[in-house]
Amino acid sequence: MGLNEKPLSTLHEKASYDLADFEVPTGREEAWRFTPLSRLKGLHNGKAQVSGQVITQAFTPAGVSAEWVGRDDARVGKAYVPADRISAQAYNGFEKALVVTVPKEAVPDGHIGIELRGGGTDGVTYGHIVINVEPMAEAVVVIEHQGSAVYADNVEFVVGDGATLKVVSLQEWDDDAVHVSHHHAQLGKDATFRSFVATLGGDLVRLSPSVSYTAPGGDADLAGVYFVDAGQHLEHRLLVDHSQPHCRSNVDYRGALQGQDAHAVWIGDVIIRVEAEGTDTYELNRNLILTDGARADSVPNLEILTGEVAGAGHASASGRLDDEHIFYLQARGIPFDEARRLVIRGFLGQLIERIEIEEIRERVLGAVEAELAR
Amino acid sequence: MSTLEIRDLQVAVEDKEILRGVNLTVKSGETHAIMGPNGSGKSTLAYAVAGHPKYTITGGQVLLDGVDLLELSVDERARAGLFLAMQYPVEVPGVSVSNFLRSAVTSVRGEAPKLREFAKDLKAGMDALSIDASFAQRNLNEGFSGGEKKRHEILQLELLKPKIAVLDETDSGLDVDALRVVSEGINRFRASGETGVLLITHYTRILRYVKPDHVHVFAGGRIVEEGGPELADKLEAEGYEQYTKASA
Ligand SMILES: Nc1ncnc2c1ncn2[C@@H]1O[C@H](COP(=O)(O)OP(=O)(O)OP(=O)(O)O)[C@@H](O)[C@H]1O
Ligand SMILES: [Mg+2]
Repeated sequence: MGLNEKPLSTLHEKASYDLADFEVPTGREEAWRFTPLSRLKGLHNGKAQVSGQVITQAFTPAGVSAEWVGRDDARVGKAYVPADRISAQAYNGFEKALVVTVPKEAVPDGHIGIELRGGGTDGVTYGHIVINVEPMAEAVVVIEHQGSAVYADNVEFVVGDGATLKVVSLQEWDDDAVHVSHHHAQLGKDATFRSFVATLGGDLVRLSPSVSYTAPGGDADLAGVYFVDAGQHLEHRLLVDHSQPHCRSNVDYRGALQGQDAHAVWIGDVIIRVEAEGTDTYELNRNLILTDGARADSVPNLEILTGEVAGAGHASASGRLDDEHIFYLQARGIPFDEARRLVIRGFLGQLIERIEIEEIRERVLGAVEAELAR
Repeated sequence: MSTLEIRDLQVAVEDKEILRGVNLTVKSGETHAIMGPNGSGKSTLAYAVAGHPKYTITGGQVLLDGVDLLELSVDERARAGLFLAMQYPVEVPGVSVSNFLRSAVTSVRGEAPKLREFAKDLKAGMDALSIDASFAQRNLNEGFSGGEKKRHEILQLELLKPKIAVLDETDSGLDVDALRVVSEGINRFRASGETGVLLITHYTRILRYVKPDHVHVFAGGRIVEEGGPELADKLEAEGYEQYTKASA
């Protein structure tokens, strides 16, 4: 298959299954300029040895199927076409794809768990996951990444007509892990998609969640929190491609950074194409810079190609802890360190509160607390 | 028995001299009112004593039972027994009232209160101040009305039980009912006779509920006149004009 035929905007230039369609990035490209290529351990240039150090396991409630299929399976690569070099590399490199299917109208009891555990950083692993939520079905998926790895994958979420999918993706890698991932959601008519991303661990994580719509009425919320420590590079690149009328999207990412060379990158691209009248979209990124030496790059891009939007906006703000907040808490006897923790936890917690399932909300809160206590 | 002793306190904000030598002693069992025109430095006094980083101490001392508060961090001062009810309590997003109060009580008492007991105390405190139970789950001061913020300050006062409380215009922005509720809270706090109150206000209205022993007139960054409760009535009748002229 060659280049995608869709009319392309400047924010979404290229999509192809063919690795040869993508040059090896040099770091000067807009899409790569923030990413420290030298720390990718060869993920971007094809030179890395494939080792298969990442073990993926799926836990499914009754009525949901999980299968490992070959790359020729018709369900693989249907919703998402690789959009950059590493994505294409992963697409061409995986051996078996995990396909999870939630049948039509099914509302499984409990969530689908997908656990990825890395066993080391010798060699790379490529992966591919497809989550198919058939029409009118409702599902919750929790994806957890742990251990140590050099890993690239593509995850396709196919949300059928009238279906609802809620995904929580936790990146709790060990300090030396490298992870580059695309999470693409394709929304059918009146489909609902909720994504919550929490990226806490890893040496370099570059996660690109994207959304496309195949019919009107799709509704996507993409939220995320990250906590960047000294030396970490945590990058999130959002893309919402509104190509259908009367769809909605909301992006809200928050991060806290501390320590020398803690680096967060947030790119929020939203395209509203000519045919997408009645689109309602908003994207927001906020960063809390806790110490000197930490840096947050935050770039919202809104490309509007139609005059008929219901609402479109973006905002980005990076700042320090508010002295007045800390003073107020300290004036009540709360020591500085704890005051600081309370404020940071509050800042990130406001997003975490949105996770409706208590067990998962507590799980994410616990992970953030543990990170704060480090 | 506690004593807050402010000796010749001089304070600057961004190189601008605001307090020009304040002397004031508040003992437990006493209630002092400070009255004075806008911008005379009343809040500066309150914040400087509490340790707000914006204020630079350029001279003087503040002692609580002989301990030099100016040597302590903000939280250490609070744990030493000082409380400041703020004129404009700040909103802290994402931090719930109950979480905040539990942290504060734990810090001040030096141990975590039993959950059950704390819940009971909190409920009783909120009831007494006519604060709806739902406030416990709300974010700290966020979206609270002016009056709700002030009631919440007094709730903290009652839960933390400091030795000396500085109340910065706790009465402003309150309607008659709220003023009564808040005053009752302050009076409950005073009732033991083991606590001292420094009450900053513009109006004699609150002094009808919370009777002061001493009244100080503040102008131009210092105390310019002192007297008993009758001084408040005189200020009410005559205003601050004579003092502002004198200090200008
Ligand atoms: N950041 C600042 N920079 C410069 N001047 C300041 C700053 N903060 C306060 N001031 C000045 O300090 C003076 C005293 O202010 P303060 O708030 O202590 O007065 P106040 O007596 O509490 O007034 P009010 O009755 O209005 O509450 C004022 O002139 C004020 O403008
Ligand atoms: Mg004031």
